[in-house]
Amino acid sequence: MKREYIRGGVIHNSGNSVIFKTGGWRVFRPVIDQSMCNRCKLCYWYCPDNTIIWEEDNVGINYEYCKGCGICAHECPKSAIQMEREKL
Amino acid sequence: MSSTMPMQEYISPGHMACPGCGAVLAMRYILNVLGEKTVVVIPASCWSVIDGVFPYSAVRVPLFHTAFETAASVASGIKAGLDIQGDTETTVLAFAGDGATFDIGFQALSGAAERNEDFIYVCYDNEAYMNTGVQRSSATPYGAWTTTTPVRHPKDRPKKRILEIMAAHEIPYAATASIAYPDDLSAKVKKAKGIYGTKFLHIFSPCPTGWKSKSSQIIKIARLAVHTKVFPLYEVENGFTFHINMEPKNIPVREYLKLQGRFAHLSEEDIADIQRQVDEEWEHLLKRALY
Repeated sequence: MKREYIRGGVIHNSGNSVIFKTGGWRVFRPVIDQSMCNRCKLCYWYCPDNTIIWEEDNVGINYEYCKGCGICAHECPKSAIQMEREKL
Repeated sequence: MSSTMPMQEYISPGHMACPGCGAVLAMRYILNVLGEKTVVVIPASCWSVIDGVFPYSAVRVPLFHTAFETAASVASGIKAGLDIQGDTETTVLAFAGDGATFDIGFQALSGAAERNEDFIYVCYDNEAYMNTGVQRSSATPYGAWTTTTPVRHPKDRPKKRILEIMAAHEIPYAATASIAYPDDLSAKVKKAKGIYGTKFLHIFSPCPTGWKSKSSQIIKIARLAVHTKVFPLYEVENGFTFHINMEPKNIPVREYLKLQGRFAHLSEEDIADIQRQVDEEWEHLLKRALY
């Protein structure tokens, strides 16, 4: 069997870690109550996984990658994010 | 906060950090400021793993994985290579953990700082060798549990004062920063980018895995570290000019310790002892800042 090696161990298309859907690690799921959100963007800045999405003043969570650490829920000044246990 | 910080991201999701990792936030805030024209050098550390398993990488700028003790020497070499190519725009960033800065890579770092090589050296400090399973480093604070300083024999020596050691090299800029204050951190990175010479940033980045704390509380812990004076935010210019960037709120150190399982074994006397040490260090810093 012929195996292909990458010369010099160089990764040309960096940022390709997006194939790892780390959302499967999650035990608790953050859920946003849009009516309570005051658009302060603290959740966006404190998310270690870049999973908070802001589009034209609307906030959402990318559950494909969210690891459920709970920082967003803990730091939210309006308590607009609640952590709910994932159901199997 | 959002008005002063750029929103262009250079870290892809899908990286391999534990949930609630402070080191990712540190790298993210720094790259947001430094931008595309950056070369990152990473020695063996948590970040060797966080970046992803080969052939995958989470960071969208050129990144060089190197051996544990060589971050500063490799950064010097890359900067020399860029100089030969006539590239003066690109910033070289060495991003090392506390093990690679305080212990293993210290000789290379001290040498590079003495030569005043032009790069930014960032130490993200999670206070032990977290990647290999929480072993004591010289950044581990007094009284803390690690696997090599178990509860019966917790660490009996204080944390090395790395910023003052680096400032003693009379490098143009050395500063502490915390992931709980991204504005302050970004401003310091921006300032460092505009200075020629070795710039040293010591970033406090809590590790929920090794500190036995809740992953949701790392920002709170980092904030308490600043306000209990455990990790004051200050900067040193040219080795002598000390500026304190944030006035602590004088919260008792107990509030900071009780959120972390690694300090759960401490008795009242131990906590009083830690409080005394923290106050002494703060007094020492105040004297230097007034100087």
